[in-house]
Amino acid sequence: MKILVTVKEVAEVADDFEIEGLEIPETYLEYDLNEWDDYAIEAAVRIAEDRDEDVEVVAVTVGPERSEETIRMALAKGADRAVRVWDDGLAEADVLDPTTTARILAAVADREEPDLVLSGVQAADDGFGATGVALADLLDMGWAAVVNDLELEDGQASVRRELEGGVEELTTVDLPAVLTIQTGINEPRYASLRGIRQAQRKELAVHSLADLDLDPAVVDDALTLEGLAKPETESDATIFEGDPGETAAELEAVLRDAGVGAE
Amino acid sequence: MSATDVLAVADHRRGELRPVSYELLTAGRELADALGGDLHATVVGGDVDRFAERLDCEGVDVVHTVAEGEEFNHDVTTAAVTALFEALEPGAVVMPNSVNGLDYAPAVATRLSLPLVTDAVALDGDDGLTVTREMYGSKVETAVAVDEGPVALTVRGGEWPVAEGVGDAAVEAFEVDIDESSIRSTVRGFEEVGAGDVDISEAEFIVSVGRGIEEEENLELVEELADALDATLAASRPIVDSGWLPKNRQVGQSGKVVTPKVYLALGISGAVQHVAGMKGADTIIAVNTDPDAPIFDIADYGIVDDLFEVVPELIERFD
Repeated sequence: MKILVTVKEVAEVADDFEIEGLEIPETYLEYDLNEWDDYAIEAAVRIAEDRDEDVEVVAVTVGPERSEETIRMALAKGADRAVRVWDDGLAEADVLDPTTTARILAAVADREEPDLVLSGVQAADDGFGATGVALADLLDMGWAAVVNDLELEDGQASVRRELEGGVEELTTVDLPAVLTIQTGINEPRYASLRGIRQAQRKELAVHSLADLDLDPAVVDDALTLEGLAKPETESDATIFEGDPGETAAELEAVLRDAGVGAE
Repeated sequence: MSATDVLAVADHRRGELRPVSYELLTAGRELADALGGDLHATVVGGDVDRFAERLDCEGVDVVHTVAEGEEFNHDVTTAAVTALFEALEPGAVVMPNSVNGLDYAPAVATRLSLPLVTDAVALDGDDGLTVTREMYGSKVETAVAVDEGPVALTVRGGEWPVAEGVGDAAVEAFEVDIDESSIRSTVRGFEEVGAGDVDISEAEFIVSVGRGIEEEENLELVEELADALDATLAASRPIVDSGWLPKNRQVGQSGKVVTPKVYLALGISGAVQHVAGMKGADTIIAVNTDPDAPIFDIADYGIVDDLFEVVPELIERFD
């Protein structure tokens, strides 16, 4: 069995940051493995650990050289090997449309022929929440979005989909399939020192678009970033100032006014 | 039928249209006005005739009903919306950014080779289409221009007012030929989660805790505060994901919607998914170290400070 896990290195923005034109300067950004993908990796590695048959877990990312640190983290946590897609065309294109990313990942999946693909529900930075389902459709596979429980049996995945309002949908999907993994489905492990050492020796293949027989024009999507701004704050909250003793006293008055501690 | 028209796809679950369906009609109407065309609505599956009557709000020109199945199934919805899009050739298809919306919208986009922009919070169609959406957990707002249409969009719930009134839309049944072999998923049922010892949606006073609590051991402090205030303890998603509190304590889109007299948010940044679950509280009070945290946008009272400094002082005052 082969499981492909799509991972992304995401940028996190510092509390205090500035915007310059259409960019946030690097000094305000920190890069990390996307939180949702961490759960997807854990789900894949657990399947590999729990099953009697051989299971290969392959992590795939679309990202610059910097993101190797992040994908090595997936290897340190138990993925067997990794694929990174990048070239000058991608670096210049600034791909926005999530279906474009899905097309690139689909070219990798076509070569890998996985039985199961796990992706995070969304990326913490641009939050499109669309790549996994787009990928499934491009691969002509079944899928389920926002999965918070997963069991594999007899060529099917039995999943729970986390709907709104504390309701879960119980769904069965034929394999091969793409499942988008929600946070909380498991408890992602920390990479062990031994895992980190081993990760350095695991295969990390780098492919260009041409290596994947993709038309360079695949990156020319129809979306253009035109504006980047801090949202205007609409706060009309009364902010209590002072040391904790003073602010707690103000807060006490508000709470007592609302009836807290009346009995 | 032309590239100036807009197609809006309703959301339903367990026999009811979900509120975002009516918001979609408003967003769709605005966009259709800007493009100069008609607004088509569609509903796939369920009691489509009853749904069509409801969707016939002011400004809706045609409601297309697709009588296929009872509950939402993404394979059916993808096939139906794709076929309807090909028949109508509109300039945009507008879908909900709900869990189910995101379960078919990307497939509609890939099947029709449309650009896809999800989670729109505003649409401007006056000079080409520009979509406003957020990034980095609401810290940044972006304007995304669609260079050439048509386009697939999903819109965030709660951003547009619901469509009202009664329209005079034509209701048309749309027949789709669905290939059985393309149905790869089966919905086996639904389950309410988070039943248990306490129902936070009934609570009068809520003390709610988020990522700012840092460690599981620190929960004791907010438990002590909840006791002192005679309030119910609740939490944001990360606390429940970490297994520190059970699912029935989770406030937000995927958890419970609460409407207490007082909601005291401790170390909660106020992500949109959380706010969806607590914005109906009478009085919202936030304690957070980050003055720019979005929670202050909806708070009535705020303290920009470390909860570990403020909470012990507060406990002392109520003990």
